[in-house]
Amino acid sequence: MAGVSCLLMWHDGRSSPLSGGGAGPSLTQNFISRRGSRRPHNPKTKDRFRLRQRGLHGGMRLFVSEGAPGSLPVLAAAGRARGRAELLISTVGPEECVVPFLTRPKVPVLQLDSGNYLFSTSAICRYLFLLSGWEQDDLTNQWLEWEATELQPALSAALYYLVVQGKKGDDVLGPVRRALTHIDHSLSRQNCPFLAGETESLADIVLWGALYPLLQDPAYFPEELSALHSWFQTLSTQEPCQQAVETVLKQQGVLALRPYLQKQPQPSAPEGKTVSNEPELPSRAFSSFCLTRLPVAGERNVLITSALPYVNNVPHLGNIIGCVLSADVFARYSRLRQWNTLYLCGTDEYGTATETKAMDEGLTPQEICDKYHVIHADIYRWFNISFDIFGRTTTPQQTKITQDIFQRLLARGFVLQDSVEQLRCERCARFLADRFVEGVCPFCGYEEARGDQCDKCGKLINAIELKKPLCKVCRSSPVVKSSQHLFLDLPKLEKRVEEWLERTLPGSDWTPNARFIIRSWLRDGLKPRCITRDLKWGTPVPLEGFESKVFYVWFDATIGYLSITANYTDQWEKWWKNPEQVELYQFMAKDNVPFHGIVFPCSALGAEDNYTLVSHLIATEYLNYEDGKFSKSRGVGVFGDMAQDTGIPADIWRFYLLYIRPEGQDSAFSWTDMLLKNNSELLNNLGNFINRIRDALRSILTISRHGNQYIQVNEPWKQIKGSEADRQRAGTVTGVAVNIAALLSVMLQPYMPTVSATIQTQLQLPPPACNILVTDFLCTLPAGHQIGTVSPLFQKLENDQIESLRQRFGGGQVKPSPKPAVVETVTAAGPQQIQVLMEEVTKQGNIVRELKAQKADKNLVAAEVAKLLDLKKQLALAEGKPLEAPKGKKKK
Amino acid sequence: QTPVLQTNNGPSLTGLTTIAAHLVKQANKEYLLGSTAEEKAIVQQWLEYRVTRVDGHPSKEDIRTLLKDLNSYLEDKVYLTGYNFTLADILLYYGLHRFIVDLTVQEKEKYLNVSRWFCHIQHYPGIRQHLSSVVFIKNRLYTNSH
Repeated sequence: MAGVSCLLMWHDGRSSPLSGGGAGPSLTQNFISRRGSRRPHNPKTKDRFRLRQRGLHGGMRLFVSEGAPGSLPVLAAAGRARGRAELLISTVGPEECVVPFLTRPKVPVLQLDSGNYLFSTSAICRYLFLLSGWEQDDLTNQWLEWEATELQPALSAALYYLVVQGKKGDDVLGPVRRALTHIDHSLSRQNCPFLAGETESLADIVLWGALYPLLQDPAYFPEELSALHSWFQTLSTQEPCQQAVETVLKQQGVLALRPYLQKQPQPSAPEGKTVSNEPELPSRAFSSFCLTRLPVAGERNVLITSALPYVNNVPHLGNIIGCVLSADVFARYSRLRQWNTLYLCGTDEYGTATETKAMDEGLTPQEICDKYHVIHADIYRWFNISFDIFGRTTTPQQTKITQDIFQRLLARGFVLQDSVEQLRCERCARFLADRFVEGVCPFCGYEEARGDQCDKCGKLINAIELKKPLCKVCRSSPVVKSSQHLFLDLPKLEKRVEEWLERTLPGSDWTPNARFIIRSWLRDGLKPRCITRDLKWGTPVPLEGFESKVFYVWFDATIGYLSITANYTDQWEKWWKNPEQVELYQFMAKDNVPFHGIVFPCSALGAEDNYTLVSHLIATEYLNYEDGKFSKSRGVGVFGDMAQDTGIPADIWRFYLLYIRPEGQDSAFSWTDMLLKNNSELLNNLGNFINRIRDALRSILTISRHGNQYIQVNEPWKQIKGSEADRQRAGTVTGVAVNIAALLSVMLQPYMPTVSATIQTQLQLPPPACNILVTDFLCTLPAGHQIGTVSPLFQKLENDQIESLRQRFGGGQVKPSPKPAVVETVTAAGPQQIQVLMEEVTKQGNIVRELKAQKADKNLVAAEVAKLLDLKKQLALAEGKPLEAPKGKKKK
Repeated sequence: QTPVLQTNNGPSLTGLTTIAAHLVKQANKEYLLGSTAEEKAIVQQWLEYRVTRVDGHPSKEDIRTLLKDLNSYLEDKVYLTGYNFTLADILLYYGLHRFIVDLTVQEKEKYLNVSRWFCHIQHYPGIRQHLSSVVFIKNRLYTNSH
C-alpha cells in the first residue's frame, strides 16, 4: 500500500510481552483458528498500516476499543492526514479508564508526546489535521460543534436501539431523521460536494465517520436524501475511509459495534422525541435497560433462563409456551415483586442442522445463524417477551467458557476416550449426525425414532442401536465405522449429582414431571455420554488429536446461558459462580430436563468451580395442535411468525397459551376453544369489569341529573340514590372498585402487558403504582383521583374469522370440512352480501361505542343503536341463523 | 437557545463555540485559540466539553463527576492548556459559574484546584462581566476532608 506513509503500529494492550497463556490472547487465537473469515485483526489491514516495533515513549499513542464507533473517524483522519503522524495503537477493554483524570471510561483517546490526553474524537481528528498543517475555518467549526451537540446524541441513541436492543425501522431512524435531513438540505442548498465548501474538510471526515455505521445499511438511509447519498458515497470510496471501515467494522457491519455499545449506558433519547413504540412506562424501561444487572448482596437475586431455541427452526406455539412465554410471565412477576431479576435466552446455533441448512441455502453457517437469529428475535419481540438479554451461542465467550469447563473436567479425570462405532452414509460421504438418522426405536418399536431420542417413549438412543437405520437426506442405509471420541464420565459424577439433588429438591419448585424424569434417569444408573462430534460448525475441542472435532451441542448448549451472560457483562461470574446469592430458575419443555437437571450439573460439579446450579427446574408437557402435532413440513399449526398475521393481538395469544399451558399433561391448541375463552373470559368477564367502573364513576359525577337512568341493580347505584351516608358509601365502593382495577392491571401485567398498560393509561395510574405488586391489597389511588377515557379492551372473535384461520393453518385433517353445512343454509344471500353486512355491523358498532364513550345525547345514541340492531337482524337473516334475543345492557 | 451570529458579509454562524472562535479571530486575538497544533486541539476539546457536558441539564451526579474530573485535570495546570490563558478558560468559566456559586465552603475545598483556577479566571480583567464574584476562603477549614 504505497500511498500511505503514516505509520500505524498495532499493539494489543492486553497481552504482555510474555503472553502465551491468559484468557484474552488464547481466546483470540481460538477465535481465529475457528472462523477464518471473521478474525478480529485482519492481517490484510495490518499490512496496509505498516508495522514497526517501537518503545512506549516517543510518538503518540492511540487507545481504541473493539467496536468503539469513535475509532472510525479517528482512523480515517489518521489515514487522510498521513504526514508525520506516528501512531502506536493499543486496544483496551470498553470499561478501561485510560485517561487518569476522567472518572468514566472514554475511547478513543490520544496520548500525546507531552503526556497530555485528547479524549474528544473531534479533537483527535482535528489534531491530526493540524499536524498536516490544515487549519479549520468557521464553517468547519460550525459543523463540528453541531456534530457534538446535535448529531451525536441522536446517533448514539439510534445505534444503541439498533445494536444493543435489536430495534428496527423507525425506532432506529426516528431519532436521527431530523439530523440527516439537516445535512442533506445544507448540502443541496449550498450546492457544494462537501460540507464546508468545494474541498474536503475535517467536518466531512468526522461526520462521515459518525454516520457510517448506520448509513452503510441501506435500510437506514432514507432514499430521498440524494445530496447526502452522493456526499456519503464520495467519502466512503476514499481509501483512508475504506481502510478505517475494514479495521473497525471487520465486515460485520454495524454489529461490530456491539461489544462496545452494550457496555455503555443507554443514551437518553434526544429531546422531544419518544422512540419506543411500546406502551411501557418510563421507569420500567429504565430499570430493564439502563443498568447492567448484577446480583446484590442481601437481595433476592433471581436468574431466569428459558431453553435456547434451535436457530433454524421457526418456533411454534408449543415452543413459545413451553419456555419463553412461561419464563417471561415469571420474570415479569419477579420484577413486580421488586426482586433483582435477570432474564436471558438466545439462539442455539451450532450443530449439523445449521451446516445442512447452510448448504441448502448457499450461505455460510454463520450467515444462516445471523439470518435466523433475527427472525427469532422478531418473533419474541412481537410476543412482548421481556428478555434482559437475547444472545446467541456462536461467540468467542462460548468457546472460552466451554473449553475452560472441559479442561477442568479433563484435569480432574472426568473425561474418557474411546472409539465409537458411528453411522456413516457412504453416498453423502459423511458421518451422520443423530438427527440425520431415522429408524425403528430399539425400546418401543416406534418407526420414526430419531437417532438421538425417540419421540414416542422419550428414551435417549445411540444412533447405531436403531433398527433399520436410514440416512434422512438420501434415504440410503448407512454403514457402521469407528472414530475416536471423548466421553463425560457420568457414573463417576453420579454420587455428587445425587447429593446435590437431595439438598436441592425438597421444598423447591421443580415440577413433578422434572422430578420424575430425573429420578428415572438416576434409577437406571448414569452411563458415560459422548461429548464430541465429527463436525466443523461447533465449539472446537482443545485437545491433541481432536482438532477436526467439535463439542456435541448438548455438552455446550447449556453453557450457552453462561456465555450469553458473559457477552452482557464482564462480571458474569457474579451470576453464574455464586450459588449462595443467586436463585436459578430454568424453564423448558420436558425433553430438555435431562440436560439441565443431570448432564450440565454433572459438568458443573465435576469442574469444581462453584457454579450456580438450577434451583427450580420448571418443565412443561407438550402442546399439540388441534388433534395432531405441530408440523412445519406438513404446514400444520401456527408458528411464531404467522401468529402476527392473524390480526389477533399478541396479548390474546399470550392469554390463551397461558390458559392452556400444558402442565400436568399434554394439552392442545384449539381455535374454537380460543374463541370461547376470548369471548367469555376476556370480553365478558374481565373487559366488562373494567368498563363497569367507568359507568360507576360516570354515574357518580352525573348523579343529580341522570341517576335514575341506570337500571342495573348494583351496590353503588342503589346507594347513591339514598341518604348522604349512602352516597358516601357509594363513593367508597367506587373508590375501592377503581383500586381493584388498578391492582388487576398490575396483576395482569405479566400475562398481558399491553392490555395492562392500556388499563393503566385509562385509569391514569401514576407510574409507581404500575410497577409494584405488594403482598396485601392496598388502595394505591388516593381519594379524588381522576381516571382517563375508558374504551373497550377486547374485541370479540367471530366464528367465521376463527374458521377461516383454522382452514388457513391446517388442523382440519380430522374433520375434513365443516363449512359446507353452513353454506347450504345460506339461501337468502350470497357470501359477498354477508361480508358487506358484517362490515356495516362492525362500523355501526364502532359508531355506537364512540358515542357512548363521549357521553353523547341519549336520543342520538338510541337512534344509532336502533340502526345497529336492524343491521344485525339483516345479517342474521342473510346467514340463515335464528334471530338472537337482544342482549340488553348487561355487556358492554 | 443556540446562539446565531448574523454577520454583514457571508452567511450566519450558529453555535456558541463557533461564534466565539470567529469573534476571537475578528478581534485579532488568535492566541486565545492556542498557538501550537496541540494547544489548538486542546482548546477545541474543552470548548466541546463546555457545550456537550456543562450546558444543558446535567444531573447532580453529572456535576459532581465533572468537578471531580476537572479538579484532577487541573492539579498540575494553571490554565486548561497548561501555561496559556485561552478561550477554553473563558467559556468554561462562564459555563461553570452557575454550579460554582452554589458550592458550599467544604465543596470548594474539596475541588481545590477548580476553585483556584476559577478564582484566577474571574479576576482576569474584563472576564467576569455581569456575573457575581464567587468568594473563596483563603485558609482551609476542612484540612482532613480529603
